[in-house]
Amino acid sequence: MAASRPNRLFRNLSAKIAAIPMILTALVVFVGGTVWTVAYSFTSSKMLPKWKFVGLDQYERLWETRRWMVSIENLMIYGICMLIFSFVIGFILAALMDQKIRFESTFRTIILYPYALSFIVTGLVWQWVLNPEFGVQHILRSLGWESFNFDPLYNADIAIFGVLIAGLWQGTGLIMVLMLAGLRGIDQEIWKATRVDGIPAWKTYIFIVIPMMRPVFITTLVLVAAAIVKVYDLIVAQTGGGPGIATEMPAKYVYDYMFGGQNLGQGFAASTMMLLAVLIVVVPWAYMEFGSKKRG
Amino acid sequence: MDPSISIKDLNLSFGAVEVINDLNLDVGQGEFLVLLGSSGCGKSTLLNCIAGLLDVSDGQIFIQGKNVTWEEPSKRGIGMVFQSYALYPQMTVEGNLSFGLKNAGFSKAEVAERVANAARILQIEPLLKRKPAALSGGQRQRVAIGRALVRDVDVFLFDEPLSNLDAKLRTDLRAEIKELHQTLHNTMIYVTHDQIEAMTLADRIAIMRGGQILQLDSPKEIYNRPNCKYVADFIGSPSMNFLDGAISLEADGTPTFTCGSGTFSLEGYVFDDAPAAGGAWLGIRPEHIASGEAAASRAIQLQSKVRLVEPLGSDTLVRVMVGEQSFWVRMDGRTDITEGDPLPIGFNPVRCNLFDTKTEIRL
Amino acid sequence: MADVTSTLVGPRGPKPRKILTRNNIMIYGTLIIVSLYYLLPLWVMVMTSLKGMPEIRMGNIFAPPLEITFEPWVKAWSEACTGLNCDGLSRGFWNSVRITVPSVIVSIAIASVNGYALANWRFRGADTFFTILIFGAFIPYQVMLYPIVILLREMGLYGSLTGLIMVHSIFGMPILTLLFRNYFSSLPEELFKAARVDGAGFWRIYFQIMLPMSLPIFVVAMILQVTGIWNDFLFGVIYTKPDLYPMTVQLNNIVNSVQGVKEYNVNMAATLLTGLVPLFIYFVSGKLFVRGIAAGAVKG
Repeated sequence: MAASRPNRLFRNLSAKIAAIPMILTALVVFVGGTVWTVAYSFTSSKMLPKWKFVGLDQYERLWETRRWMVSIENLMIYGICMLIFSFVIGFILAALMDQKIRFESTFRTIILYPYALSFIVTGLVWQWVLNPEFGVQHILRSLGWESFNFDPLYNADIAIFGVLIAGLWQGTGLIMVLMLAGLRGIDQEIWKATRVDGIPAWKTYIFIVIPMMRPVFITTLVLVAAAIVKVYDLIVAQTGGGPGIATEMPAKYVYDYMFGGQNLGQGFAASTMMLLAVLIVVVPWAYMEFGSKKRG
Repeated sequence: MDPSISIKDLNLSFGAVEVINDLNLDVGQGEFLVLLGSSGCGKSTLLNCIAGLLDVSDGQIFIQGKNVTWEEPSKRGIGMVFQSYALYPQMTVEGNLSFGLKNAGFSKAEVAERVANAARILQIEPLLKRKPAALSGGQRQRVAIGRALVRDVDVFLFDEPLSNLDAKLRTDLRAEIKELHQTLHNTMIYVTHDQIEAMTLADRIAIMRGGQILQLDSPKEIYNRPNCKYVADFIGSPSMNFLDGAISLEADGTPTFTCGSGTFSLEGYVFDDAPAAGGAWLGIRPEHIASGEAAASRAIQLQSKVRLVEPLGSDTLVRVMVGEQSFWVRMDGRTDITEGDPLPIGFNPVRCNLFDTKTEIRL
Repeated sequence: MADVTSTLVGPRGPKPRKILTRNNIMIYGTLIIVSLYYLLPLWVMVMTSLKGMPEIRMGNIFAPPLEITFEPWVKAWSEACTGLNCDGLSRGFWNSVRITVPSVIVSIAIASVNGYALANWRFRGADTFFTILIFGAFIPYQVMLYPIVILLREMGLYGSLTGLIMVHSIFGMPILTLLFRNYFSSLPEELFKAARVDGAGFWRIYFQIMLPMSLPIFVVAMILQVTGIWNDFLFGVIYTKPDLYPMTVQLNNIVNSVQGVKEYNVNMAATLLTGLVPLFIYFVSGKLFVRGIAAGAVKG
């Protein structure tokens, strides 16, 4: 027998030391921070966090606040439109790019470049392009279309769509790239087989390729949905939440109450709701994606 | 003399999955042992345990009399050659060969001498300044062997070293490895799923299945007296033919075998234990079956019909039907038999192997 | 004979290709229109930034300038005001450099070693921590904002550059660790085994075997981090003080400030200046950028 079994704790010691930052981040910041915020969302914290338990008071107040309701409504409109449009446009563009076209990388570079820009830059550019006195509306009117009316920056009813246009401009390239990667991952022999069988390309896409790309769609959907919930910078830069509160979003609500409004409890409750929304999207996906892999 | 490698009650499980199950194995000094089995049988896992690249769940491993169960791979006195060569791509051949020696703190002169020595043995001296990407498959594998060689160790471990090479090169390198063993007299453990490699290289073969060693014997013994039906079936290509039947004892004690085609005396068959009545498989290799006129001189004779003819040049493989049972027969390469011909076949009990129907152990 | 001649006439050689098929017109037409739409804001930005204010007030934002002036760029860089400071975006630019460079180095150093430990030195519990870490990439930052304020305040780093660098390293960790772990796992495991048999330890294998093979993935990680951190707004505004604000925050403050007359040309020059660094990286790095965002999509 060897002298003594080396202590389990000290096996791979270097690897464990190297992993300390990860372990601290995972436990202290991610788990600890989340639990802390959720816990303090049940308190009456105002300017400073204070451990005075008030049950669901903050949540009741939150759901009675008009600004929060508007934020949720905006998030729904923005989120659903964003998902539908960016997926449809992104997929169609990817399919066009996949036709062995010339200048493919030029087109890709043009469609993707906005994704390299920050939301702040995106928001400010579109604020300018959509400016009713100088931008699109002004141009079309001066070209003779006097009745043309599109001023999403001043008109509360359509303000959120102005943000949507900017969001789509910035994010559709990403969807296109991910979809294109998915399309390229499909066995080329499938295409050869459909050519031999004489199936038209559009039919192949709808009945064969899209079903095969289901995993890519779902993963992209989860990633994009989780990102949409966090949308903040774009609003701050493009509209500042206005006109009035027409383009408020939950993430902005959280920030304003936590760091502007000195009402921490509301900020914590609102951020907990955001967490909940993300979990509803992510948990079933993670279960499907990774749960089944472990079994297999 | 102590065995070179000794493995006692080795167990390894990943979670609930047992990969190696109470395995015991002694490898003699200078022996060439081949671990053979189909994929997933635990042969590579066992090799990785010996190398120390996997932690065992239970049991002990001794190398040259030293308990190395908890020892680091580099401290075990082993050299290892991998299937994918595993050459460090950014280092030259020389760098690859000397990396381990430098880690062990050898002096510059010593490193240079050992590298030169290994390069000379393997005839890779002109390649020393090249990077692995500039080498052919065979050259890479030679460098990989060299990396084990420079360590000047007692034990060489090979993990399917020839699987990535094409057929011709594989035959050449196989012979080189055998010569290397004859020159160096190191203990070598060699994992493969290729039975020809196993048969040609090994002093002894360990046939593995389900994390256990089924049979550990010389290649000849494994081929001629497989200890269970699995081994009998696994070794040989095409594999052994089996007849389902039963053994009974005559009044005078002579054992007989009864199957759909009749009853035959088993006189001449060497039983492992005293013969007893009961269900049994009778196994016979395709190359031990006589056919046509020659069949008449054999103790067991069957009538068959040719189903398929596969000429290989040197031999012709013929698939025949004995009733509902399919048989492979190896015939001379010049035969001009065709499908549908009737073919009498025959063999002697001494060439047969009998296995118990239930336990599948050799009788 | 008739049969033989008939095989000699008819199509022969390469099939002629038509360039202007209906299909091609549709494909290229769509792509060109879409491309124009995508380029339009960039065009408007550049044109506006090169015009004087009088010209902007008169006319068309799409039209090229009648008289090119670089005045707005100079003003945006060195004179534009945020609050009482009137030293332009240059301050934000240098702040962003001071934030981005160390954050990128620290986060990549930590994450690459981490990913290597996870890929090759699996130890008990490693997978659990890694799962939490990846889950953390999905948790809205908003939930963790305040606890981090408290942590940084306790360490005396709240409002400092060091604090912000820490925050960037923390939030960059999930995606980068995933990136490196997957990359190192894709390297042949036998190479790692061979190095262990050769007696190399944790750090030696990392520096001598893994690092030299991993240049592309480090470049991908760098692209991901430089653009990500440069474009950050939220962490910058929360965890630093006004005189340390990164470029994005300062830009927003300049453009969206309510005081004074709106100088659209200066605003657009400032916006372009802020977008220049990520755009430069994007156009230079090409395919690697695409690889980075495919992996970095998790970051959202």
